[in-house]
Amino acid sequence: MDKLLFGDNQFFGVNHMSEEKARAQAMRFQDLDEVMSVLASAYDAGITTFMCTTHGRVSEICDRVRSQPERFSDFTFHPCMPYAHKYANAVTEDGMLGALRKFMPDEGFLNAALRGGKSLAKKDIEGIITLLVDAEMKMFRGLPTPVIWLQNVVVDLLLGLGFDDAFRIFSDHVQQRYQAEPGFITMNLPMLLTTLRSVGLQNPLVCSNINKIGFRMSGGIQAYRDALEQHDFRAVAMSVFASGAIPPHEAIEWIFEQPNIEAIVFGASSRSHILSTRALVDEMVACPRI
Amino acid sequence: MIRVGVVGLGKMGLSHLAMIRAHPEVTVGAVVDSTTYLLDILAKYTAAVPYSDYEEMLDSAKVDAVIIATPTRFHFEMVEMALERGIHVFCEKPLCLTSKESLALADIADRKSLINQVGYHNRFVGTFKEVHRLLEQETIGRVSHVLVEAYGPVVMKAKGSTWRTRKSEGGGCLYDYAAHPTDLLTWYLGTPTAVGGTALGKVFSTETHDEVYSTLFFPSGATGQMSVNWSDESYRKMTTQVTVWGSAGRIYADRQECRVYLRDTATIPAGYTHGWNVRYTTELTDPVWFYLRGEEYSAQLDHFVQRVMGRDIPSVNTFGSAAITDRILEMLTTDDSFGPTTFRDEASEVVSPTGSEQLNGRRVTRRARDVARRFRAASAAFRSGRLDI
Repeated sequence: MDKLLFGDNQFFGVNHMSEEKARAQAMRFQDLDEVMSVLASAYDAGITTFMCTTHGRVSEICDRVRSQPERFSDFTFHPCMPYAHKYANAVTEDGMLGALRKFMPDEGFLNAALRGGKSLAKKDIEGIITLLVDAEMKMFRGLPTPVIWLQNVVVDLLLGLGFDDAFRIFSDHVQQRYQAEPGFITMNLPMLLTTLRSVGLQNPLVCSNINKIGFRMSGGIQAYRDALEQHDFRAVAMSVFASGAIPPHEAIEWIFEQPNIEAIVFGASSRSHILSTRALVDEMVACPRI
Repeated sequence: MIRVGVVGLGKMGLSHLAMIRAHPEVTVGAVVDSTTYLLDILAKYTAAVPYSDYEEMLDSAKVDAVIIATPTRFHFEMVEMALERGIHVFCEKPLCLTSKESLALADIADRKSLINQVGYHNRFVGTFKEVHRLLEQETIGRVSHVLVEAYGPVVMKAKGSTWRTRKSEGGGCLYDYAAHPTDLLTWYLGTPTAVGGTALGKVFSTETHDEVYSTLFFPSGATGQMSVNWSDESYRKMTTQVTVWGSAGRIYADRQECRVYLRDTATIPAGYTHGWNVRYTTELTDPVWFYLRGEEYSAQLDHFVQRVMGRDIPSVNTFGSAAITDRILEMLTTDDSFGPTTFRDEASEVVSPTGSEQLNGRRVTRRARDVARRFRAASAAFRSGRLDI
């Protein structure tokens, strides 16, 4: 996997520091040309993996990439599913079953599963989960998706509920159907690792906040460091700048002092930011453990 | 360790269940819901102990506390049943459909010395807590006005019917959305004596409202305004903003940041300076044991757990404070039913707090007379602090 992965928060009005900035970005990136121009800057800087939610607008990005195969020959997607607000808003509006109906590609399956008020069998649950994954994957048809991530809201909900089998179901489906590696995004790394081990997932790919100030690292920064030392998972770090609370050089330097971090996912909305992050990482790679 | 039962497995209930189940000092002793397919799934996959009968759960599951996240119309009866059995209660907001019921529950809880808390999670948001801290220290001097806004994309079309769209069940923007900003206003300014100019508007809903706008009058002389719209797609998710004007400065806060302008006359708290100050959520938020969808949701449950375990920490969001919010929701509904109160061709005849002689010798419509009478009575009561809400 590349050392640097490009995230998509900036394109969809997500900014953990400022709602004003988030809105300004949402307005700017309403224009798909603006999005593509930033993605092209990242691509030209050698950052060719785009870790993106399955937001409806990502399908437009997929279309653009598909239409320029020569320009974007190495462009790789890491889909992160689902785009949770889509589901959360639907549940509020239509209730739990209504929302499920809305997102299931085949309503017949759900109706058959629920017929007569009988309880859902194990195969029904598996069927629902895999059909939802397939629905989210549609937009990436024909594009390389070597890793498929489960978003943190869903991972952490399942984790909290103790719905451990779901991780196994997701993992099997992603490997069998898409020949992709399953990834899990979480805000509760130590707890998730224990659970993934318990369902037999070996050396899983896990993305979590890892930053110097311990921002949104539930379980505590020490538990994260222990997990990294132990190294029975493949770590991808996100929120390394803690939404801008840590100066870039200090943030990256600290990341490189931690053992076994395989990749860093970051977002940027300008070519200069992309290049400066690239330069910082290259500097650390050239001269590790300063 | 305490044993907790989670009641109602909708969006809030499931997320409460996930967070509380992960809490190191909690065992979930029961989950309750009327929908059997959900209970089945949880029982089959998560080893939860399912109940479809709430009362049976209370009598047999031996729980110390319950978390209730059912539709609002069930709250009163369910909370009362738990309290009567000596069980501590965390209940989702709003507490009840009437403030009378909320007060009755507050009474029982107090009488039985049971921990009681309502899910107004904004009081656990780092930035909003900072606003409260600054106001308590009178950092921006005498507060004259607070504006609370909340917008989001909940109801974006005319179809769809769940309890949240039915007014009779505590659905609608007023109870479901505006309860939050209302609660923030009372946290910052206390109990209002009156409300005015309330407009509950519809955008898509037929049975209930999608917008709430109103002015609240507080004993200190400060006013508060609320602007709430849950049919606003330009916001990605529910977004709450607070602005407070004082004689020595202004505070703005949303979930991410707290921006404070302090005049030379302000008492400057530690870490602040004259002029502009910005504090971010990264520095104002304490870590939580488990993160699902915002630290505040975890923090409020932890607060409840700590109190149930007998730790000596101050109460937050008690039934008593939720009853004040419920009362304001009633005031807003009543005020909205009056409609507009001052009309273009009547303004000069009625807008005077000084008394009836102003009206003598003038032709006054019946409606204007009613309005004037109500206005005089209200302002007299307001001035003397007698207004009974």
